[in-house]
Amino acid sequence: MREKEIDKLKEYKYGFTTDIENIRSPRGLSKKTIEFISNIKNEPDWMLKWRMKAFERLKKIKEPNWQKPKYPKINYQDLYYYSAPKTAKDKPKSLDEVDPKLIETYKKLGIPLDEQKKLSGIAVDAVFDSVSVATTFKDKLNEVGVIFCSISEAIQKHPELVKKYLGSVIPINDHYFATLNSAVFTDGSFVYIPEGVKCPMELSTYFRINASQTGQFERTLIIADKNSYVSYLEGCTAPMRDENQLHAANVELVALEGAEIKYSTVQNWYPGDENGNGGIYNFVTKRGLCKEKNSKISWTQVETGSAITWKYPSCILQGDNSVGEFYSIAITNNHQKADTGTKMIHLGKNTKSKIISKGISAGFADNTYRGLVDIFPKAKNAQNFTQCDSLLMGNKCGAHTIPYIKNKNSDSNIAHEATTSKISEDQLFYCQQRGLNSEEAVSLIVNGFCKEVLQQLPMEFAVEAQKLVGISLEGSVG
Amino acid sequence: MDNLDMNLNEIKDILKLSKEQTEDRKISLLDFSKNGFPSKKDEDWKFIDLNRIISSKIPKIKFSNNLVSKKIDNKEIFKNINKNLLENNYVISKNGLITDVVLDHEDKNKFSITKIPVNIKEDIHSSLGSLNKAFYLDYLKIVIKENYKFKKPVLIINYSSPEIENTVLNQRFDLVMEKNSSMSILDLNWNLSKNNFYNINNNFQLNENSILKNYKIDLNNNSNIFYSKTKIELYKNSISENFIISSGSECSKNEIECDLKEKFSSAFVNGIINLDVSKQHEIRSKINHLSENTKSYQLIKCALKDKSKAVYQGKIFVDSIAQKTDGYQLSKAILLNEGTEFNGKPELEIYADDVKCSHGSSSGNLDENKIFYLMTRGLSKNEAKKILLDGFYLEVIEKITDTKVKDLIKELMKIR
Repeated sequence: MREKEIDKLKEYKYGFTTDIENIRSPRGLSKKTIEFISNIKNEPDWMLKWRMKAFERLKKIKEPNWQKPKYPKINYQDLYYYSAPKTAKDKPKSLDEVDPKLIETYKKLGIPLDEQKKLSGIAVDAVFDSVSVATTFKDKLNEVGVIFCSISEAIQKHPELVKKYLGSVIPINDHYFATLNSAVFTDGSFVYIPEGVKCPMELSTYFRINASQTGQFERTLIIADKNSYVSYLEGCTAPMRDENQLHAANVELVALEGAEIKYSTVQNWYPGDENGNGGIYNFVTKRGLCKEKNSKISWTQVETGSAITWKYPSCILQGDNSVGEFYSIAITNNHQKADTGTKMIHLGKNTKSKIISKGISAGFADNTYRGLVDIFPKAKNAQNFTQCDSLLMGNKCGAHTIPYIKNKNSDSNIAHEATTSKISEDQLFYCQQRGLNSEEAVSLIVNGFCKEVLQQLPMEFAVEAQKLVGISLEGSVG
Repeated sequence: MDNLDMNLNEIKDILKLSKEQTEDRKISLLDFSKNGFPSKKDEDWKFIDLNRIISSKIPKIKFSNNLVSKKIDNKEIFKNINKNLLENNYVISKNGLITDVVLDHEDKNKFSITKIPVNIKEDIHSSLGSLNKAFYLDYLKIVIKENYKFKKPVLIINYSSPEIENTVLNQRFDLVMEKNSSMSILDLNWNLSKNNFYNINNNFQLNENSILKNYKIDLNNNSNIFYSKTKIELYKNSISENFIISSGSECSKNEIECDLKEKFSSAFVNGIINLDVSKQHEIRSKINHLSENTKSYQLIKCALKDKSKAVYQGKIFVDSIAQKTDGYQLSKAILLNEGTEFNGKPELEIYADDVKCSHGSSSGNLDENKIFYLMTRGLSKNEAKKILLDGFYLEVIEKITDTKVKDLIKELMKIR
């Protein structure tokens, strides 16, 4: 029995849970639940009203069903919408006060929370389940005026910013999952970079889903004021669970004149076992708004985990000369399914966008790139370049490309190309001849295939991502 | 659409349908009336909303016409058609009724013609398919016998006279090509009528080693809405070459679906969309690679003027057993002035790993540098544009393997 358990742990490196007493909201989705969440977070009245508006809207709309990966119907009345470590009620003032079990969990994950990790220069706003527990590097960020805190704190301390920007990119009447998030979001990160400030360090949040049956509803809002710069990292691991867990986060980015936001994600949530049982549903809405001229938003994602990944980080290029970029690697193995891509909405003049997407499919997995490039009549001289490549391993998996191209401006230029191929025998043979085993060879070749995207990641992530690419494909050849 | 039943009764009287046949059509009618004309809610009609176009352009649409009995002199039809085209075999459909099937250049024993459908048994998944099945006036089926190669192309003239208005014209054409046979079709739209909806359904079956070249030409300006669905089944070693010039009708959608059912079969879909005023045209192709070692190639080019809109939806599907598939798809669009719109959806759905599939799509204006270069050589701006556009089209036209047809099409498009 014990041996079996250890074996299971080996399969998923981060598959452990920590026993912490949970405070839970009433089960199910109702007015009561929302009031409970709002109440426990001491939210002002306008916030509760905002949530209620979203809830009213939610009653009227239906879940979308056009996506490629189908999933069993989710019973929204059977979920808990809020669960927090008990320590959250009385927030710790220093690391010593933090629940030692929590600290231990982070250590296993390798999160630089304590002293030695300070050297690595990352400010971490760690989200354990739903509530931000501790935040480091506050002082250094305070010096330059950067606000980096949990969104619940921001609602208390910076209501004017939250009021102005929350829901300005993803309105509460957006699609089903975004609206659901607006109604019941629990916590997440808030970043504000003041005018002219180049954020001195990479900001990072590690998400971690802990308690079972808890949908995570994160809400992240990043605002880069005029001529500022910020690079934000998001990395995810989740414990092993049999039940499907829903994750419906909303991420909103706003870039004002001349500002640049770089948002990188490494996602390695529990993908389910090799038979396709369990695993996380990753239904995330990510959208960036280049609100004023010369702004830039760049998305980079490495998606290796989750049973179903369904997300389209998008850029609305509203300001003239604004730039949107999207770099993505999506790896699916066993029974994983991914339907991901991007939307580039060109509204302003001289806007540019670039899309590089690499999809890798192995086992019984399905990998879909779905994207939209929409050039509006007023977007003079808009330019887009799209490249999406897929790699297939075996004939039980699938790779699909569904790009939508809409061009309504005669001065614009759109180029799109896509290829599908497999790892050639020659390449494998060559690597093996040089002394690599077949798995190492595949990992090497795949890393080469993904290089264009991996290069876009910040250093700390690039190393982790490269390892992940190798690990995710273990057992897919041979 | 209360007139549906009434119109079906009219057709019943015109065609003197048996009770059983009428019942059959009623089932299809029910299918159609359930969904009506497809709207943009339907993914395939996302870019061109047929329901809206029809309800705004032809609000009082009729599903049958009583002009079928009207005699039309062939000379009247031939008057304005290019003489070179008329040297071929021809089939004339007048107002939805197939009146002439003249295959004089061929050996009479080597093909058979059926005019009355025995019993069309097929699964129809689209409401327009059901509409066709419920209301088609005439049916033509040609079977080409083994080892026979047609000497001359068959010109199909779809003619409608000026009296016909606000009517749905349904037509069906089936073709079976037995082993080692070959044939070329020139499918010509020749309409003088106004505000009608053409709904054409073609089914081609290509058996071992057969070759079908299908050229669809829509060049003369008319205010009709045109929809044509061509389904092609390909068996071992067969080749299907499709070429579309889409330009004349106010609104048009050409749908081509190829099932590559056995190995070494190949399908080619090439097309030109050349539009002005406020025309809306679409080419939709679906290539299903269902067996190994199959090949497909698609090249679509669009040039758009004024307020026109072009759509290309192309899909390559590769089944998990279809290893060694070679699929390629390229679409290019030139938007000549403001107000034009190009929408593309080049799709890949692949379940086999040992394949070579790729697609490319680009859209933009003519290259200013090229225009400048030609102008420095003494050409006017318009001449320079014309030369560049001709070159743009020629790349597609050069793909036509039948040299006579190629020259003919160049002549029709006024390209030297």
